[in-house]
Amino acid sequence: MRRPLLVLLALAAAATGCAPAARPVVAPAPSPARDDLVVLLPARDGTAGALTVTHEGRQLTLDQPHATASVTQQGRLDAGRTTAEEVRRTFGPALDALPSRPVTFLLYFMGNSDELTPESKGEIVKLFAEIAGRSDPEVVVVGHTDRQGTLEYNDALSRRRAERVRTDLIGRGIAADKIQVAGRGEREPLVPTEDEVVEPRNRRVEITVR
Amino acid sequence: MHLGLVMVLGVVAALVPVMAGAADIGRIKVVKGDVRVQRAAAAMPAAVGTRLQQGDVVVTGRDGAVGITLNDDSLLSAGPDSMLALDHFAFDSTTHAGRLETTLRRGTLAAVSGKIARQTPGAMQVRTPWTILGVRGTELAVRSLPAGP
Repeated sequence: MRRPLLVLLALAAAATGCAPAARPVVAPAPSPARDDLVVLLPARDGTAGALTVTHEGRQLTLDQPHATASVTQQGRLDAGRTTAEEVRRTFGPALDALPSRPVTFLLYFMGNSDELTPESKGEIVKLFAEIAGRSDPEVVVVGHTDRQGTLEYNDALSRRRAERVRTDLIGRGIAADKIQVAGRGEREPLVPTEDEVVEPRNRRVEITVR
Repeated sequence: MHLGLVMVLGVVAALVPVMAGAADIGRIKVVKGDVRVQRAAAAMPAAVGTRLQQGDVVVTGRDGAVGITLNDDSLLSAGPDSMLALDHFAFDSTTHAGRLETTLRRGTLAAVSGKIARQTPGAMQVRTPWTILGVRGTELAVRSLPAGP
């Protein structure tokens, strides 16, 4: 550890003509020099989100679209700003390879039933189209109930609703091993209610396609 | 860290010897050009649908690019000449608690955070050999290259 550092310092001294004592000694980097750049991108929904970037105890928070942090020499962390065009030039191939965004569908059911509401029978057609448009689709189906009935009854009902959607998906030619199914009963109401309250908006199956 | 990993692997091996898919953390969704997955000592060519595990290192060639969807709906993609290590992934699909750590050893990365970062801001971490990013959300790009002197 000592000797390479001394050699480096000697080289630095030879190259610059400076006395080695003027240079602070720092731990050796994993590689001699790097070119690190971090960009916070604007999200699809228009929000920017936020990032913290840490380098050797220094920290920057990026919370504006196209804010950057760069490290080009050890011990320095510089804030900056970039543009959509610049991002495109640097990250084009990576951005083009991002997988399709996961999409979530909500299907609603008739009370105490695994029968879809008439509106949701239309929505399920959009779900099938979304799955068909993807190269390697995975489908996660999670059933829910309102709070009428016992926990046990609702666990079973939520599961039955999810299974019903699964059966429909398989009927449309989607491979069974691409579909995960779960029932959460009345635990995760979309609209919070007291127990034993009938709430059609909680009688749903959430389907994520990714 | 190492001991923890060994213990986790030991528990997984003991509990689910026949469920090969139990350790899957995500899948490769997009492949362009030369893309390989290094797992332990082996390297295999990647294809759309390849299942990924914690510890995998995804490597792209000069013309390569790869897109990955993780089980918490996080998206990661790497451009040419990149090396991306999937160091750690834990996700509870009921509570959405978890942790995601990935290292861009070199190249370019685009990422969209998922349920882990939404539930616990900062629980998604992207590293390079020089920097650590705590992700609160949601979309970002990182380049890490060895530079000339």
